[in-house]
Amino acid sequence: MKNRTIKVDYLARVEGEGGLYVKVKDNKVADVKLNIFEPPRFYEAFLRGRHFTEVPDITARICGICPVAYQTSSVRAMETACGATVDGQLRALRRLLYCGEYIESHVLHIYMLHAPDFLGCEDVLDIAKVHPDLVKKALRLKKIGNDIMVLLGGREIHPINVRVGGFYKVPTKNELQTLVEPLTWALDFALATVKFTATLNFPDFEQDYEYVSLRHPDEYPLFDGRFVSNKGIDCAIDEYPQYFEEQHVAHSTSLHSVVKARGAYHVGPLARYSLNFDKLPEVARKAAKKAGLKETCFNPFKSIIVRAVETVFACNEALRIISEYKMPERPFVDVTPQAAVGHGASEAPRGTLYHRYRIGADGLIQEARIVPPTSQNQKIIESDLAAYVGKHLKLSEEKLTWQCEQVVRNYDPCISCSCHFLKLHIDRQ
Amino acid sequence: MATDGPIVVIGVGNDFRSDDGVGLTVARAIAALNLPGVTVIVGVADGSNLVTAWENSRAVFIVDCARSGAESGTIHRFDPLSEDIPADIFPRFSTHAIDIPESIKLGRLLGNLPPQLTVYAIEGENLAAGAELTYKVKTAAEKVTAMIQETIAHILPR
Repeated sequence: MKNRTIKVDYLARVEGEGGLYVKVKDNKVADVKLNIFEPPRFYEAFLRGRHFTEVPDITARICGICPVAYQTSSVRAMETACGATVDGQLRALRRLLYCGEYIESHVLHIYMLHAPDFLGCEDVLDIAKVHPDLVKKALRLKKIGNDIMVLLGGREIHPINVRVGGFYKVPTKNELQTLVEPLTWALDFALATVKFTATLNFPDFEQDYEYVSLRHPDEYPLFDGRFVSNKGIDCAIDEYPQYFEEQHVAHSTSLHSVVKARGAYHVGPLARYSLNFDKLPEVARKAAKKAGLKETCFNPFKSIIVRAVETVFACNEALRIISEYKMPERPFVDVTPQAAVGHGASEAPRGTLYHRYRIGADGLIQEARIVPPTSQNQKIIESDLAAYVGKHLKLSEEKLTWQCEQVVRNYDPCISCSCHFLKLHIDRQ
Repeated sequence: MATDGPIVVIGVGNDFRSDDGVGLTVARAIAALNLPGVTVIVGVADGSNLVTAWENSRAVFIVDCARSGAESGTIHRFDPLSEDIPADIFPRFSTHAIDIPESIKLGRLLGNLPPQLTVYAIEGENLAAGAELTYKVKTAAEKVTAMIQETIAHILPR
């Protein structure tokens, strides 16, 4: 078949609304569009005029899956603008809260959204028919992430305990201690998850990505360090606008992002892992190697293994933080507003999330810029689709459509965030 | 399926979508009663959390807003252990997460449904941005709160 169209109007198992369109002409991919038609949400506009202290509670609302990422990038930007430093146990608690979000978000994606593709199932209900015990354990693991969010964040969705400068209330050592037993089980099951994901069948598909992620001198990056890439970027967080730019394309309500000098780039677990393997704890490095991963991974389908490795990291890191925890005297540091521009970035489960704000001496926000991971990945998803369809034109319509959807799900896209997403349409002419 | 486990009341919805917050309103009203042996969950991040929320409980009440096209304030009551929830009660809210009927199916497959499970779906009128319940929905929320309270009184030892 020389000419065909693959079209998915509403992509399932992704957050938000989007679709997919691939046009094949004379056995060549002529056009690929990741259509994002979810209405834009105008967060950047309505943040203007709000007080800088309101930013974690407003931006948390951008996403029900990764609110902590939004809160963290936003408070980091405000603290940078105001010259405040949040370190010691407050910084450690921020990492702990972020670990909760990693566990919850990654486990949701591994077992409920991504695994069905590999197992030939429609959804997690299908998996539960064959592997009820596995699904039970997955839900238990996810709940442990949730429990961290509840304990530190005050509730399981859109935490209410995060403020510029730290927290409203910090837990006692005993309160954190209640997480140790569940997290010890969680670490074991996360390791079993790495083993399970390594047994799945992966298409032979590698791409020459430019990976971008934060990198920190001492630890696996969550919300500080520098931006690095495998193609030469090494810049401070506040230098982001010099290296990256957002572009508007007609078929998406999310802006596309490019590296100014080169074009499409890739953020998320694969980028983070490949740029920071040496910073993973030994238990995660060993599990990755046993699962057959090298220190870098360029097969996007294998992101499911990498998410499991990062879940091992998150459980291990949470246990480390709890064992070293000493309740700080004050739950926050004072932050006094000043007229300035502040940049903040953090590694959301699905990739780097960059925020920039300009605030006045009165503490009011004058300008806001939010660049979510899914908008940054749109171009690379389209390039994966073009390459994948180009190599698999002989597949049946049904199989190719399914695999195209899988190519998108490799990125765990959060369309709602990026429009702040999905439909597949392959047009063969 | 412990018969001495907690009674769990779960409110589902969004406070900032007017009547969609009715489940949360009922859950908060039950929480305010401070009933011993009753755990109240105000809002869940996604449906799969329901499956872990009701584990080892003796009775579970779930309250959410319905959009079946019935008159606003209509109270639909279902016992999913013996009947399926009609598909038009809860339109799918997400392409990402699982909804209440799916989480009940998942609970059944995993064998962890509680011995008693009641779903109340209150027909909403206004689901636009806003933080207020419309009059009929507010009245229905009060009725459902009283119905749950009464059922709990029958379950708990006096």
